[in-house]
Amino acid sequence: MSTWPILSILIWLPCAGAILVLLAGGARPRVARWLTLAFTIIMFGLSLVMLVQYHAGPGGFQLQENLAWIPGIHTSYHLGVDGIAVALIVLTTFTSILVIGGAWQVVKDKVHQYMAAMLVLEGLLIGVFCAMDALLFYLFFEAILIPMFFLIGIWGGPRRVYATLKFFIYTFFGSIFFLVGLLYMYHRAGTFDLQTLWAFPFTLQEQTWLFFSFLIAFAVKTPMVPVHTWLPDAHVEAPTGGSVILAAIMLKVGTYGFIRFSLPITPDASQHFAWLVIVLSLVAIIYIGYVALVQPDMKKLVAYSSIAHMGFVTLGLFIVYMLARGQHDVQTAALGVQGAVVQMVSHGFVSGALFTCIGVMYDRLHTREISAYGGLAKVMPWFAAFLVLFAMANCGLPFTSGFVGEFMVILSAFTANPWIALLAAYSLIIGAGYTLYLIKRIVWGTAPTKEAAAMPEINTREGLVLGAFAVAVLAMGVYPWPLMHLMDSSVAQLVTHLLASKI
Amino acid sequence: MFSLNDLLVMVPELYLTAAACLVLLFDVFLKDDQRDATHWLAIIVMLGAIFLVIHGQTPETVTAFGGMFVRDHMAEILKVTVMVATILMFVIARPWLKDRQLFIGEFYSLAIFSVIGVMLLVSAGSLITVYLGLELFALPAYALVALNRESKLSSEAAIKFFVLGALASGLMLFGMSLIYGATGTLALDRIFAVAGTTPHPHLLQLGLVFLVVGIGFEFGVVPFHMWLPDVYEGAPTPITMYISTVPKLAAVGLAYRLLEGGLGPLAADWRVMLAIMAALSLIVGNVVAIAQKNLKRMLAYSTISHMGFLFLALSNPTAEGYSAALFYAVCFALMETVAFGVILALGRKGFECDMIDDLKGLNRRSPWFAGMMALAMFSLAGIPPLWGFMAKVLVLKAAIDGGMLWLAIVAIICAIIGLFYYLRIVKVMYFDAPVEGAEPLQAKPDFVLRAVLSINALGLIVMIGFSGTLFEWCRAAFGV
Repeated sequence: MSTWPILSILIWLPCAGAILVLLAGGARPRVARWLTLAFTIIMFGLSLVMLVQYHAGPGGFQLQENLAWIPGIHTSYHLGVDGIAVALIVLTTFTSILVIGGAWQVVKDKVHQYMAAMLVLEGLLIGVFCAMDALLFYLFFEAILIPMFFLIGIWGGPRRVYATLKFFIYTFFGSIFFLVGLLYMYHRAGTFDLQTLWAFPFTLQEQTWLFFSFLIAFAVKTPMVPVHTWLPDAHVEAPTGGSVILAAIMLKVGTYGFIRFSLPITPDASQHFAWLVIVLSLVAIIYIGYVALVQPDMKKLVAYSSIAHMGFVTLGLFIVYMLARGQHDVQTAALGVQGAVVQMVSHGFVSGALFTCIGVMYDRLHTREISAYGGLAKVMPWFAAFLVLFAMANCGLPFTSGFVGEFMVILSAFTANPWIALLAAYSLIIGAGYTLYLIKRIVWGTAPTKEAAAMPEINTREGLVLGAFAVAVLAMGVYPWPLMHLMDSSVAQLVTHLLASKI
Repeated sequence: MFSLNDLLVMVPELYLTAAACLVLLFDVFLKDDQRDATHWLAIIVMLGAIFLVIHGQTPETVTAFGGMFVRDHMAEILKVTVMVATILMFVIARPWLKDRQLFIGEFYSLAIFSVIGVMLLVSAGSLITVYLGLELFALPAYALVALNRESKLSSEAAIKFFVLGALASGLMLFGMSLIYGATGTLALDRIFAVAGTTPHPHLLQLGLVFLVVGIGFEFGVVPFHMWLPDVYEGAPTPITMYISTVPKLAAVGLAYRLLEGGLGPLAADWRVMLAIMAALSLIVGNVVAIAQKNLKRMLAYSTISHMGFLFLALSNPTAEGYSAALFYAVCFALMETVAFGVILALGRKGFECDMIDDLKGLNRRSPWFAGMMALAMFSLAGIPPLWGFMAKVLVLKAAIDGGMLWLAIVAIICAIIGLFYYLRIVKVMYFDAPVEGAEPLQAKPDFVLRAVLSINALGLIVMIGFSGTLFEWCRAAFGV
């Protein structure tokens, strides 16, 4: 155990970095860029230190820090990570480097503010994954909105103001009911400490109300059908970096919330209403897949495909009750949860990579219309190779990261109910459909215009960013064991906790 | 008869009264270009009073003059916050006043007299002291609103404020007389003792209703809010800042002294009245604020909604509720000083910067001031990690603990509505381009103003970490 409060450093270092960037980079965009890159690389290094310090074997919450915050309402600055959180934090720091690299020359206006917003966002996201106090969690969970609001609103596309206001108010609407739920839990349990709340015996009626207050917050954030409509708007208008962060990490905050709140605090209500979440997940997987098929805008297409993929995560999380409690099959239940988390990480890489690819194309032609592109295989062969790889990962081809999670979720769903598995597996077909259709139109064929035929090949910076994504996608697809080993015990502990009824 | 001990208990008030006279006299002998001396003297006087309040605090409650004057932790917290807010107003207002030839000594002495009124009010132990403090606070405030006598708008606002204020104190006085009739005493602790057993419960309740009207007027909650937007808009901006902070703090003290200290046994009656006013204020304030184009009017309606929020806490008549209300009032005052401070700092002669459109593209012209305004807006909207969020959490918690879950849900729905107009300010500053031909907005290079305002604004973030300490003080004030 090191004496350094590594989690606090991970949260607050980027915030300190943001202040430094704001002060130093005002007139010198170069300084702002390099400084931010340095900070994100240091952050990645520190997250690896945390990864090493975390002992996957025993599981549980490690590297804990606990300071009194507001003793009057028994809330404390309590941090700690389990295997799931560690995986997501490393995903965050890794993606942050690529986001900064990806926006290197693209953002030209008020570079220092952009970089500072990105750094603050990184710190707050890590805060969400570390928080072990419900109020602290809420604090980070909501605070994320502020930098994202600026990212979309200042550096976004033509309808950025509409998109960012919609994003902010929509997600705020969801989470404020969550706050009332938290306060109600405090009213009953007398603490905001998560571990106490997990063990607290809420009655079924209380659990039901709490479950829905959680559901509304996390469903908006994830997003699940039918509260997903902010996402395509936000994605389309966000700058590339914002889209990548949004898809790769911010959506995971919602599903992480399910893991930390809905499943353990309201297990019986979750079991009771698992059908609702499963149905919504299946609707997301199938219906949104069809919606993605007809999008003329690349970003919208990938945004809808994100919603469909997040449907797999919620499916994997809530199928657990049918397995663990209905069929007493703890092993398979754990497989479902694990599949969901693997899918979260994998989707982080794949969607991040796809949005970066779209950014690369957008920088050249300044349009996201699919019809404006064609014949990229001839024009930009390297780029086309990357794009096809990520597209394959998006449809869940074996040996890419996309396969692992989806396969695990479908496998556990099959044990629970073959019909659910059948419907979920159907998404593999639709997913392949819309992704390959996209590839067919922009990678193969001929360029529709002279400009599209003269697009320059990716430069070294873009190559490095896409290459890093590609390595991650392939490594996870070929050898997912380290990731699964990392969270094995944590998932097992979660599932064991779910077995016990609170009523 | 009173003893020396009685005088010792109220040393800060006596000191400030003497000092206010001193400031007034001192100013007479100054030439116009030496007016800065009054400014600094007034600030030093206030700092001295803060020192006396803090230095003289005792662990237990002390009373003087046969219980007419009470000195406890709640009063001390309110007094210190009121004086801090007033000092902030002095510092922030100076360049503004100089620009408009309003930099006169009376401004300072009137403000200090008004503060003395607040200090008496929050320390009141009897209905007489309550009324004395209320009037001593209000009369200088009316004069301050009319400070710019050339301005028709200001004069109108002052008349409106005065007439409605007089009406409210008349109603309150009437209520006091009814309570006196029902209980036979003016001392609040005596009233508390006999309120449950009075032979005239209906008379007492009628008196209570009048008192609640007076308190509602002081807070500016619906349906006693009509004066607030007009006064906010018409008053010179530094005075608006004063009116948006100090009276709200005073009103918390007033409400606690009268409702809990005096009429605590009737809590079941008044908490419902407060809850209804809270719900109405939240709805009216937030909805009407959306339609405003004038920044000061928008902040007025936002204040109405915030006072509704504060009533949420008061509707839980326990120490938890009062401490949440006190916390909220302190936090609210220091958020308002930032919002109005930025407006004041950006205005010039002939350009008040009080329309929302005046802020367009502020981030391009003056990023630091845009940043501070954004902090104030996010904090007022109650978005973490800003201080306003913590205040909202504590109030919501108090309401839920008090069994007012429905009110808490009304409040959060209104908070979502309210979010829109706060975000619109941020949107105008950050996402919009400056209006064609707009004068370059250059904040004044007054270093003290910048420094103080910056500390105040950064405090809105930093305080989230120290909320625990402040909340402990607030709880200690009510004996938890």
